[in-house]
Amino acid sequence: MVKKQEIIKAESRNFNFFYADGTHALKDINVPLYEKRITALIGPSGCGKSTFLRSFNRMHDLYPGNKYQGKIILNPDDTNILDKKVDAIEVRMRISMVFQKPNPFPKSIYENVAYGLRVRGENNKRMLDDKVEEALKGASLWNEVKDRLPDLAFNLSGGQQQRLCIARALATDPEIMLFDEPTSALDPIATVNIEELMSELKKKLTILIVTHNMQQAARISDYTAYMYLGKMIEFDETDIIFTNPSKKETEDYITGKFG
Amino acid sequence: MKKNNLPENKNLDLIRALIIKHKKNDHIFAGIGFFVIASLAVALLVLFLDLLINGYPKINLEFFSNFPSRKPEMAGILSAWMGSALVLFVTFFVAVPIGVAAGIYLEEYAKKGWFADLIEINVSNLAGVPSIIYGLLALGLFVYEFGMGQSILTAGLTLSLLMLPIVIVSTREAIRGIPVHIREAAFAVGATKWQVTWHHVIQYAMGGVLTGIIIGMARAIGETAPVITIGALTFIAFLPPSPVTEVAPFINFDWLDAGFTVLPIQMFNWISRPEHAFHINAAATGAVIIMLTLLMNGVAIKLRYNIRKKIKW
Repeated sequence: MVKKQEIIKAESRNFNFFYADGTHALKDINVPLYEKRITALIGPSGCGKSTFLRSFNRMHDLYPGNKYQGKIILNPDDTNILDKKVDAIEVRMRISMVFQKPNPFPKSIYENVAYGLRVRGENNKRMLDDKVEEALKGASLWNEVKDRLPDLAFNLSGGQQQRLCIARALATDPEIMLFDEPTSALDPIATVNIEELMSELKKKLTILIVTHNMQQAARISDYTAYMYLGKMIEFDETDIIFTNPSKKETEDYITGKFG
Repeated sequence: MKKNNLPENKNLDLIRALIIKHKKNDHIFAGIGFFVIASLAVALLVLFLDLLINGYPKINLEFFSNFPSRKPEMAGILSAWMGSALVLFVTFFVAVPIGVAAGIYLEEYAKKGWFADLIEINVSNLAGVPSIIYGLLALGLFVYEFGMGQSILTAGLTLSLLMLPIVIVSTREAIRGIPVHIREAAFAVGATKWQVTWHHVIQYAMGGVLTGIIIGMARAIGETAPVITIGALTFIAFLPPSPVTEVAPFINFDWLDAGFTVLPIQMFNWISRPEHAFHINAAATGAVIIMLTLLMNGVAIKLRYNIRKKIKW
């Protein structure tokens, strides 16, 4: 079912997650993320896709009382990123994230992209200039903003803001990028741009994306995981999930009988 | 199908009557609101104009550059406005750093729990404590216990106690107004808590914090009771030593220990005199205080507007 030459970049093993109020949000999740592939998480609202995605850069640490159980292994160094001994900041420096709603800082375009490098103590102007340009090019935004880098990021359109956020996440050379419904607040043209961008990005890094849009998952992802009520129902190559799923629940969801 | 294509159970006349009836509430509420606001604004305006008209003959440059005097036509508010300025200077540099830091700590760092709740309740309560109580506290603590005397330093510290809760509360409100997704964006690129606080939280909260600071200062400038309680002078015909000197190191802190008076005390002092001419002086001083307060509030609004203009969530 999975091609031999695939390398596992990260993998969740018997992963459980509990919110501070005791909700058992994720139950025994086992999913591999293959290197330089796009893995899509689909499922009805509230099934835990975003919760799972946010575990990959320890976003849940920001709110006290949340609890992880099990492992998420990051390769090649075989680090369990959920381990208390591993600092959440270290994890976030390796795995970056793009959010549902474009969330640029109320700063200039340049400073938005440079911020990830600034927090790493990078202050060399030349180095920052190069990195900002590279990241903006990587997010196919450079041509649109190269003449107005000092402008406020809020002056960009919604789609441009989201690509700016991608550039911000890209500037720090992450190994994995997480996308939490990145196009749900965007118009169709901006959505196509972002999708093309992701296909371009996967040449360099591993992508995990949560999406409500099944066509989007079918279009861009290599692997798809269907989640329901905090459980992983089925994980397989996207083609198989969408044409010949092995579970009845997956088929019902895919064909729109449910969800 | 009827001729106007409406289903049978829809009666347009009834629907329209209902809408008109419901909209009446809007008008009633707007009317009451306007009446309340207008009467408040008119009351304030009448008060201010009354002071201004009564005090108008005295409001000139000499009024600001003369010391108080037994002769009402010679009397001025030099020592009073200088005292107010120096006291507020101390207040600002004590209350702002402590207040902003406390607000940030409570909002960003303190663990939520009964202890945080206790502090929260206390801070809110402090904002409502009558100012004379702060005066008594300062008299016992600063004047006698710490031996600071009836000085500008004591007054500055007292007023900063008064201002502290306002600064803390406004800092916390401003921080709470920062959307979660901006915060998460900063954490997601690997920022530490301090970096998020320093690069983002403080910067975006600045508009609200500044407003709180200036409103607190505007309150402090008009406070009389606590300053009288700690024993400010009522008649003073000399200035405190200058904070800036001509010889190195060019600054000195002797003025902190000096006796002083402030604008509202000067006003109070003149009101209690029998001669009518002094009442004119009092009215002029009152007008000056109100103008200062309005000016500070105006600056606060302008600053907030300038800062918020750049921030759209």
